[in-house]
Amino acid sequence: MTQTKPKIAFYWCASCGGCEEAVVDLAEEILDVVAAVDIVFWPVALDFKRRDVEQMADGSILATFLNGAIRTSEQEEMANLLRRKSKLLVAFGSCSHLGGIPGLANLFTRESILETVYFETPTTQNPNRVLPGTQSGNGNGELTLPSFSSRVRALDQVVEVDYYVPGCPPLPKIITRAVATLLGGHLPDKGSVLTPEEALCTECPRKDSKPEKIALKSFKRPQEILIDETQCLLAQGLLCMGPATRAGCEAPCIQGNMPCTGCCGAPGRVRDQGAKALSAIASLVDSRDEQEIDAVLASIPDPVGTFYRYSLPGSLLAH
Amino acid sequence: MPDVNSNLSQVAPLGAEELEPKIVAFFCTWCTYMAADLAGTSRMKYAPNARVIRVMCSGRIDPQFVLAAFANGADGVLIGGCHPGDCHYQEGNYNCLRRARLLKRVLEEVGIEADRFRLEWISAAEGDRVRVVINDMVEKLKALGPLRMKRETMLRGLHPQEHPVQEVCV
Repeated sequence: MTQTKPKIAFYWCASCGGCEEAVVDLAEEILDVVAAVDIVFWPVALDFKRRDVEQMADGSILATFLNGAIRTSEQEEMANLLRRKSKLLVAFGSCSHLGGIPGLANLFTRESILETVYFETPTTQNPNRVLPGTQSGNGNGELTLPSFSSRVRALDQVVEVDYYVPGCPPLPKIITRAVATLLGGHLPDKGSVLTPEEALCTECPRKDSKPEKIALKSFKRPQEILIDETQCLLAQGLLCMGPATRAGCEAPCIQGNMPCTGCCGAPGRVRDQGAKALSAIASLVDSRDEQEIDAVLASIPDPVGTFYRYSLPGSLLAH
Repeated sequence: MPDVNSNLSQVAPLGAEELEPKIVAFFCTWCTYMAADLAGTSRMKYAPNARVIRVMCSGRIDPQFVLAAFANGADGVLIGGCHPGDCHYQEGNYNCLRRARLLKRVLEEVGIEADRFRLEWISAAEGDRVRVVINDMVEKLKALGPLRMKRETMLRGLHPQEHPVQEVCV
């Protein structure tokens, strides 16, 4: 009986582990998943090794859910291996989908990252200035480490990806819907993001409070104001990424009285989420004078980190 | 995937051997595009480095267009719109200005210098201004050098090609 069940795999690369947690967050619904499929590889929970995957027939796994961006040679090898063994490769979560938070490291060179981490942090003592190398040995055998590449890449910049499950991390209802979609007979178009195409504002519980026209003299950070729990966050001057972020999550952050940070990526028909968010936010500035516009925009301290928080490697800026 | 690149796909990536900078110029149909027409019919001579794309209003220029131009090999992007107060659609050029000011900060943060992205108000009567602006921009871009090469060397972290880096061994 078990042999007829479709096989699925989970793997993580450059990510925080939250996406693995998200699978566990399915709670009792994970039993339905387990009943429907055989999980053949899931290093965080099951003791299978890379060798076991290598021995599987190519294409024998129905779907691999891979979370995390690609930064090291090992991650790239695993992405290629799992691509070969799987009929469907699903980029799971923001890092795999668009590069995610680790992708912001692309604002720095590889050298400056290594220097900061291995030489400059206050808790580091490294007088010999030792850096990790791919090979090292002192006569007692050779040790190897994966190499650390010059930049972070989204999964589809390394291997072909069939579907995307967005979110940081993807919510249980998005995961269950995605799994049901993949197990059901009707597969969506290759390359689809498995959430609705609209912007988050369309399903925001506060959408009725969004004024026809918003005009702002300054932008606010959440800790600077008492946030009204019923009114549109943009209208309150908060940098809410809702207008340039894909729907599907039903706005849990906004329900928690915090602005959307954009983890689900761009809505359909938008190539670059950050540029679209920047466009939407800048047009709210209530001034026609260049200097005053600059002064209002100065209340956005970190534009790249705000608009491209999850999507820098996959953006047009990465070209 | 929406294709914001389709208009720009003809802009070939700049090779190392080419020294002429490529400018993608988005001109508002009511003012700067007319000015460029006027420059042409007046037989003004200016640098041939700009590829003009006509838009209905500078407010129509999505920041994605600017990024797509840079991503497809442009060394500079020029936007030409109506003078403040003269927008055919009342507010379009002001929205363009607001977006451009914020976009410039993003571009500089990822290593695209301020002189590579320029916004100018040029009315339909100012054909000579088109000549002056494009000539000036070409000079500045020549001084900066090709963007793509610069990004390959300086911004290795952001470039899609993988560059092998020497590992430092213990």
